[in-house]
Amino acid sequence: MQELDIAGMGSVRVTRKSDNVVVLEKDLMTEQMVLAMGPQHPSTHGVLKLECLTDGEVITEAVPFLGYLHRCFEKCCENVDYPGIVPYTDRLDYLAGMNNEFAYAIAVEKLLDIEIPRRVEFIRVMVAELNRIASHLVAIGTYGIDLGAFTPFLFCFRDREHILALLEWASGARMLYNYIWVGGLAYDIPSDFNKRVKEFVDYFRPKTVELYKLLTENEIFVKRTIGIGIMPADVAINYGWSGPMLRGSGVKWDLRRNDPYSIYPELDFEVPVPDGKDSEVGDCLSRHLVRVLEMEESLKIIEQCIDKMPGTEGFNPRSAVPKRVRPKAGEVYARAENPRGELGFYIQSDGKSTKPLRCKARSSCFVNLSAMKDLSKGQLLPDLVAIIGSIDIVLGEVDR
Amino acid sequence: MEEGKVLSQSVQQSAAAYAIIHDKFGEAVSAFDANETMPFFEVLNTSIWTEIALFMRDNPKLQFNYMACLSGVDYQAEEKVGIVCNFESLGIFNHKLAVKVKCARNGGSIPSVACVWHTANWHEREAYDMFGMSFTGHPDFKRILCPDDWEGYPLLKDYKVQETYHGIKVPY
Repeated sequence: MQELDIAGMGSVRVTRKSDNVVVLEKDLMTEQMVLAMGPQHPSTHGVLKLECLTDGEVITEAVPFLGYLHRCFEKCCENVDYPGIVPYTDRLDYLAGMNNEFAYAIAVEKLLDIEIPRRVEFIRVMVAELNRIASHLVAIGTYGIDLGAFTPFLFCFRDREHILALLEWASGARMLYNYIWVGGLAYDIPSDFNKRVKEFVDYFRPKTVELYKLLTENEIFVKRTIGIGIMPADVAINYGWSGPMLRGSGVKWDLRRNDPYSIYPELDFEVPVPDGKDSEVGDCLSRHLVRVLEMEESLKIIEQCIDKMPGTEGFNPRSAVPKRVRPKAGEVYARAENPRGELGFYIQSDGKSTKPLRCKARSSCFVNLSAMKDLSKGQLLPDLVAIIGSIDIVLGEVDR
Repeated sequence: MEEGKVLSQSVQQSAAAYAIIHDKFGEAVSAFDANETMPFFEVLNTSIWTEIALFMRDNPKLQFNYMACLSGVDYQAEEKVGIVCNFESLGIFNHKLAVKVKCARNGGSIPSVACVWHTANWHEREAYDMFGMSFTGHPDFKRILCPDDWEGYPLLKDYKVQETYHGIKVPY
């Protein structure tokens, strides 16, 4: 027996059976194939490209390629004054504009060291939590679509429309609000706003149960997600995961509780983490469950905001808005709990200019997505779709 | 720091964490900047940055297991570029600390800490993409947001955008 290298066939084993019979054997290995998924693939939720190295249907490596939606957010910030950046932040995670503005406002206010009227804080938290529900509805609905369940998507978008209508009523825009300003708000909420929000909460509460039954108790959905893409807690922390992704791995960590900002310390809500009964801790189903349960907590927060909100007597939403934002020289890193995790802003001010010297957005999706290589190794190709969906990326925030 | 000013609790925690690092590395780290918005220290001996990082993560009294953010910064006046890292001991001590590392503006390099915190992997690629410093020992060192054949580093203060990219006019 000898090994020969025959052109085009690679290594071939040659065995001489008799004088005129020669057996050529080639290893029956399946060939490794490179499969480019995206940037136009519907289940990549935008313009993400994944280069998958596959062996049959098993993924040996999936490498994400970013930058298709890069709009130079950070370069733009250096050329606009502080209040002018607020509309840009809307366009980071365009499904949760209010939360982005909130995080940015916190960062600049920390640098300016100013006090915000109490009513402003309550309105901010209320609209941010409404936006969180809207964002989770998109995440849950599209996750259903990725795995073949179409109906929940329609239900989610129907309910999300109510929230967008409410936010449009308050701010004038459906998704890109420019509502939370540095030091205050663009406008006070309309006079009947709280009543309508209460109506929405009463309407939506039974719908969360319906949604729970449609997806989370759906046998096919559960089979597609349970035990898929498991991330242990310590690795998740090392990867810098945050938000529902980190809580899905069983770490009870929520910036609203653990590094509180605004009026969150006064509010009563739970931080849901999977207990391992319905799902395996750290898998795709856990992350989905955390999102579903978080919507219920957001409803609780909204109700408390309505009850505790101070009245309008002598209230001006722009009373603390500085005429000219020129912080003293220094740096700040401030963050807030967004629907997708920790959104942080690192801002550097030189003390002279009305424009920041450097403004970096720490994107939660960007960090969560960086674990893709580890998450997808050895998984089946259809499960890759389940994994990307559970990360819940918004490419506007990944590429900035 | 102004005399007589009372530091908030979180800054005191950061100061205590810094004291442990200073005891170990002495002259290699700068004095502690105890400001209220982002207390930090700077690594003066850049070559041992990975060692300091490992110490920060593994020392039982520090346990900075979570890298929240790594931002590249252009210090044009000092002819330097650098990174600012925000660390936190997530779920253990909850203390926070920021670290600055600087290198020469043209062709400078900083040791990579991607082996210490996975978060640093993509963030260091982004810092290189935008500021052009290289990270020695990085497992997958290339641009991340801009195309591989893009010219220049966009977030440098004196950046001039290229005229054309593959025959497409760039400035508009």
